[in-house]
Amino acid sequence: MKYIEIFLAFFVSNMLGYGGGPSTIPLIEYEVVTRYGWMTMSEFAEVLALGNALPSPIATKMAGYIGFQQGGILGSVVALLATMVPAIILMLALTGVLYKFKDSPKVKFLTCLIRPTIAVLLGSLTIRFVTNSYGQAGLFHTVLLMLASFVFIEKMKIHPAFIITGAIFYGAFIIA
Amino acid sequence: MKEEHKKERTKGQTLIDLFIGFLRVGFFGFGGGPSSIPLMYKEAVDKYGWTTSEEFGDILAIGNTLPGPIGVKVGGYIGYKQGGILGVITAVGAEVIPVAIIMIIVLTSLASIRDQAWVQGITYAVVPVVAVMLGSLTWQFTSKAEDALGWPITIGLIVFSAIMLEVVGIHPAILIASLILFALLKPQKKGSE
Repeated sequence: MKYIEIFLAFFVSNMLGYGGGPSTIPLIEYEVVTRYGWMTMSEFAEVLALGNALPSPIATKMAGYIGFQQGGILGSVVALLATMVPAIILMLALTGVLYKFKDSPKVKFLTCLIRPTIAVLLGSLTIRFVTNSYGQAGLFHTVLLMLASFVFIEKMKIHPAFIITGAIFYGAFIIA
Repeated sequence: MKEEHKKERTKGQTLIDLFIGFLRVGFFGFGGGPSSIPLMYKEAVDKYGWTTSEEFGDILAIGNTLPGPIGVKVGGYIGYKQGGILGVITAVGAEVIPVAIIMIIVLTSLASIRDQAWVQGITYAVVPVVAVMLGSLTWQFTSKAEDALGWPITIGLIVFSAIMLEVVGIHPAILIASLILFALLKPQKKGSE
């Protein structure tokens, strides 16, 4: 049943993606590309690129679109609910209890402990994106775009939305 | 009766405030959930006075100990406190739905013209950019882990996770759930509390 799959995919990735949006990205990718095969790597990259260029939380934008692509408006609603409702219920139900533990070393330890795993997931996703790009756009465009993105985003701290817009023009006029 | 009428109006007004406040958060929170936190603070503390600065800090700290998108957890909490269930729906809906709709419209129209060479060029060109952003996130997570755990444990966990995920091929959810269980069940050192 498609809607149950949509629900499970987004429920699982968001419940385990400690550390917010960015740590859920590789988990969503695992469900959507590897497990259910709803989209290819490069389609996922497009969703991620546009998602990064638009405002508001990344996890909900991805859920909204992927849910829509798989199951229309109802699919979109299911994916968004799976992303948000459990998190909000936990937040409302546990605030009183967690108030006491918010500075507890155990909670901090938990968040730290899964960071290396998320790093591995993100790292392997990065490698697949680079390989994918090499296969599609070729070595020259891949290296040039990666170098330019690195300098603009990491060194000059320009907002990613501008870089993605730049890449869109580069792709439309130069690669094509 | 006059009182009741007044109360009703205030509640409606609160919902409108929540809607406008969180719509702004959604539309200007470029860079995802974490970067929308300062905007939420501005609306919730400075503009509407829904919570105090101190309480906002606590909500944020508590939100960070729970899974799920941070912007949604904080927005949901503030919405509930101001307007109950309806408040949650208004606040989170305003924050998330308009941009999700924009996302759907843009990507769907892109899909219908996929065969055009220039659209192909665009889809090729964004992949390396996203790769750089993911690479940078990888590094951020690694260095944050190193700050807290030190290099030996961080590298150990990276190697362990890489073997489990890439060689053994277990589902990432199972690995993360086991690590969470391990952290929760691990006996705490005496005197650390």
